Amino acid sequence: MINIENLTKKFGEITAVEGLTLQVKEGEVFGFLGPNGAGKTTTIRMLCCLISKTSGEAKIGDYQIGKAADSLQIRKMIGLVPDNVGLYDDLTAFENLDFYGKLYECPEGSRKENIERFLKMLGLWERKDARAGTFSKGMKQKLALARALVHEPKILFMDEPTANLDPESAKTVRDFILEVKKQGRTIFLNTHNLDEAQRVCDRIGIIKKKLLTIGTPEQLRESLSKPKTEIRLAQVTETMLSTLRKLIPNKIEVSDNKLLIDVTDPDNENPAIIAAIASTGGQVREVTQLVSTLEDVYLQIVKETK
Amino acid sequence: MRISKAWIVAAKDMRIFLRKKYLIYSLVALPLIIGIGLPLVLHLVGARKQALNGTALLSIMNAFSFFFGIGAGVLPIILASYSLVGEKIEKSLEPLLATPITDSELLLGKSIAAFIPPVCAIYISSIFFMGLSDLWTHNILGYLYFPNWNIGLILLAVVPLSALLSIGWSVIVSSRATDVRAAQLQSTLIIIPFFVIYIMTEIGAITLDTTTIWIISGVILVADIILFFLSTKTFQREEILTKWT
Repeated sequence: MINIENLTKKFGEITAVEGLTLQVKEGEVFGFLGPNGAGKTTTIRMLCCLISKTSGEAKIGDYQIGKAADSLQIRKMIGLVPDNVGLYDDLTAFENLDFYGKLYECPEGSRKENIERFLKMLGLWERKDARAGTFSKGMKQKLALARALVHEPKILFMDEPTANLDPESAKTVRDFILEVKKQGRTIFLNTHNLDEAQRVCDRIGIIKKKLLTIGTPEQLRESLSKPKTEIRLAQVTETMLSTLRKLIPNKIEVSDNKLLIDVTDPDNENPAIIAAIASTGGQVREVTQLVSTLEDVYLQIVKETK
Repeated sequence: MRISKAWIVAAKDMRIFLRKKYLIYSLVALPLIIGIGLPLVLHLVGARKQALNGTALLSIMNAFSFFFGIGAGVLPIILASYSLVGEKIEKSLEPLLATPITDSELLLGKSIAAFIPPVCAIYISSIFFMGLSDLWTHNILGYLYFPNWNIGLILLAVVPLSALLSIGWSVIVSSRATDVRAAQLQSTLIIIPFFVIYIMTEIGAITLDTTTIWIISGVILVADIILFFLSTKTFQREEILTKWT
């Protein structure tokens, strides 16, 4: 659905996005992670035909970005939730959506039907005649979501849709994204929120001007996974440590009465470690297998590029 | 270019204007002053019959007629600046530009919204101006001075052309401004030449006859064309998204 080949954007001397290559399949939720200034918003803006590319190619469906004739077709098939909601405060919720519905050339009947459906789904129907300026941040974000969907786009681009929202509003927005996903729409989601990415995305790309890595949340975790075993003991002794160091050459960190041991094959190594500790008279209180989180992966990848 | 798309934007903008009290007051105040205030001045001056002879009165009435040109230059600035800088402040340009609308359709829509209400207000006030002026001066002149070719030309040529001029200028100024009031203030600079013409008429340096009005209209038309090209160059989506904000 989205094919990007070596896409680059420069603003004068500054390179915002460099040689980006990726594909997003139809119906997929693709998460784009990266620190501030990594080029996430610039990528979305290029894909939405809001700004030009410097080089490379990108196709949305059968249409190519950067081609004047294709730009209008691309904009017809996409919906955008920008990082700033950009609603008209002096128009009511209904009028905001109706205006966009008209611009997207939705026939009056289906436009009104869609407005009602989405406002009801997002719990805003009762406030349809209230001006958007009177809405809370969370309500505005929901209205911006409805606006992006009023013309039933095939692809939805979202730029940090839950940023600055309270946990309850963020959850509503996330649930709505999952609902939209069920409808078979392709979603391209820029986010800072790793937990959100893990919950809603089928695949994730980490960008810092260049694409650093891409894969499913599980693949990313596994690719950089360094399993660790945490053992809480009654007491850590020197004898115990020297025995363990003879047994496993891996890194062993000691803090208070805890041992943090890098393992490669926890299922085989953990019983041997516990036996070695017991042989030196150590009393094991708790054993925990630690797995890398997406946050660990993200921080490590971004740190490596510094 | 699809006029229907431009009209959707214009209708939305005009709906917003109607909900902004200060825009409505601005739109009503100046036409009210021109349409009722200026004839009232003629009435008060004319009441002291020795103070003014017929020729002097005609000269004043001609000069006053040019206020419609000035008004048509001022009013669209208020709306165009609000419409453009307002979008910038509300950060609504990004989702708007992501819709299947072209830059020129958007610019046309914004221009229509800034053009129609002021020009309508000016035309309505001209009816009051002509009626009241005739009512209060025909006893001095002995005939009804308005309507005549001069005011006809001002209303049909100078008014729309100066409205377009100030819209084009406002687009350029608004691209740099981050505040509605600042944009409006800077945009009013475009009115200075109109005031110069008015003062020159009042001091008798020029006579505001049909030839002069044609020349003025021609000059404004040339300026309109230049500003049209400059404003369309300024109003490009990449420029708007990366430099306007």
